[in-house]
Amino acid sequence: MIYTDKVMDHFQNPRNVGAITDADGVGKVGNPVCGDMMEFHIKVKDNRITDVKFKTFGCGAAIAVSSIVSEMAMGKTLDEAMKITNKQVAEELGGLPKNKLHCSNLGADALHAAIENYRDKAQGVVKDESPTEVKESEECSCPYCDETLDEERGYCKGCHIELVDCPECGEPINKKADECLHCGATKAKK
Amino acid sequence: MRKAYLDHIAGTPLHPEVLDSMLPFLKENYGNPQSLHSLGQEALQAVESARERVAELINAHPSEIFFTSSGSESNNFAIKGFALAQKNRGNNIAVSAVEHQSVLHSVKYLEHMGMKSMQIPVDKFGSVNLDELKKNLTPETILVSVMLANGEVGTIQPIAEIADFCTAKGILFHTDAVAAAGNIPVDVRELGVDALSLAGNQFYGPKGTAALYVKKGKRILPFIDGGIQENGRRAGTEDVPGIVGFGRAAELAGEHMRKRADKAVPLRDLLIRSLPEKVKNVVVTGHPEKRLPFHASFCIEFVEGESMLLNLDMKGIAVSSGSACTSRTLKASHVLLAMGLDHALAQGSLVFSILEENTMEDIEYLLEVFPPIIDRLRQMSPIYPGNL
Repeated sequence: MIYTDKVMDHFQNPRNVGAITDADGVGKVGNPVCGDMMEFHIKVKDNRITDVKFKTFGCGAAIAVSSIVSEMAMGKTLDEAMKITNKQVAEELGGLPKNKLHCSNLGADALHAAIENYRDKAQGVVKDESPTEVKESEECSCPYCDETLDEERGYCKGCHIELVDCPECGEPINKKADECLHCGATKAKK
Repeated sequence: MRKAYLDHIAGTPLHPEVLDSMLPFLKENYGNPQSLHSLGQEALQAVESARERVAELINAHPSEIFFTSSGSESNNFAIKGFALAQKNRGNNIAVSAVEHQSVLHSVKYLEHMGMKSMQIPVDKFGSVNLDELKKNLTPETILVSVMLANGEVGTIQPIAEIADFCTAKGILFHTDAVAAAGNIPVDVRELGVDALSLAGNQFYGPKGTAALYVKKGKRILPFIDGGIQENGRRAGTEDVPGIVGFGRAAELAGEHMRKRADKAVPLRDLLIRSLPEKVKNVVVTGHPEKRLPFHASFCIEFVEGESMLLNLDMKGIAVSSGSACTSRTLKASHVLLAMGLDHALAQGSLVFSILEENTMEDIEYLLEVFPPIIDRLRQMSPIYPGNL
């Protein structure tokens, strides 16, 4: 099996699945190109998360990540919940395969989006649900670790390397690499 | 727990008689076919006998069969070997949009060497249309490659028609028949192809055994340089036990192909008919009639492939998916996208492929456990409209 027992447990028996009809904050993140989409609903009382529900379209890791994030967020203050990191999520699950690490990012992102949505609403910035944050980027993953890359594609959070576009094929490559992993083109050194 | 392996397309089990044929060459018959002593000559004889059997399966001459290590290698060999041998005649290669990655990436490799390529689009069933092919040819086109049957959606292409047209134009034509050969009748003379890839692990032979058919008189550059093996086209000591097993599997496929297909078709048809009845919002992918006898493929709306695959695995059922999450590169299947499916739907891809040993009970078991799995995953899905 590619996943830890804990991942499989949360995948098979996900906690807090569903929606909250009168949610105080809703966060949606997702990328139909990469194939994962998450939606978090939270109830907030006295700056503390009193209820969390989620819905997820995605792989085993995406579902397990959503479930563990919902558990980690429950009962926390908003500031504490904002501090939940992708790394903590992956650690809490006993690790994830490298090419699935982007799922852990999505989980924390969805929770944070829900909190931001609540705060915006509290300040009267928006009235309704937050818009879905959809990344349109065609290239979604780092060629070395499959970490999802953000729009700039200049830095991989997964393996902490600077990336540039290969002048030959346009795929992202390590700035320091002499050769493109994708097309094998050698990069002229500056 | 009940087990049902429905992943023929990923690899078939070794037929017991294939294993038996291989054992002596893993034990006492360890000679190198290139050695002049009797142990070597015995091995050579076994390799040549296997070559005859593989040739017979596709109605080729034994001298037209080159053994390789995989279907992917055969495809690399054909595309690169033909294109580089012909590069003085032109610099354009045309391949269909649904080819295996080993074809597509061989073309990419040639592009980096300065060649150009055209991709032939497919219709919603994944079929290549001859008129579309004609539109994508240039006076520079030297090679066309279209697969015989697609492993992901099961569609069988009109190869004879395409090969005929290419031959008339003086363009070389290769077909990747890895998913087809040994499972449906494949006759290189009837098809009129210049090269054809096939692999043993698709018809109860060992993994790592494959061949490329190259029509007599067609020039192809060696794929591995440095030896006299495979008539100088592919250096390296022969995998004698593998080749022997491949030969035996080809012989058995010739004998049992009809029986195997007759057994698989009712199972496939039950699956294609019943799955969309049992679960709503299911699309059958690939051609409704022109498809592999053992192949049923679907896209299940609002759910993702890997989560279905893992749930089925927990019920003892092994299947494949073309979803982004099941692939290492996290990209959805290029085959499904080329057929015009949208990304979200392509994520719900599932491929069921039937083996000789599968029974009606296996399919009934699948049909029983599948709906609750989908129901549970859909209840969890933010894009399932039932939730709205």
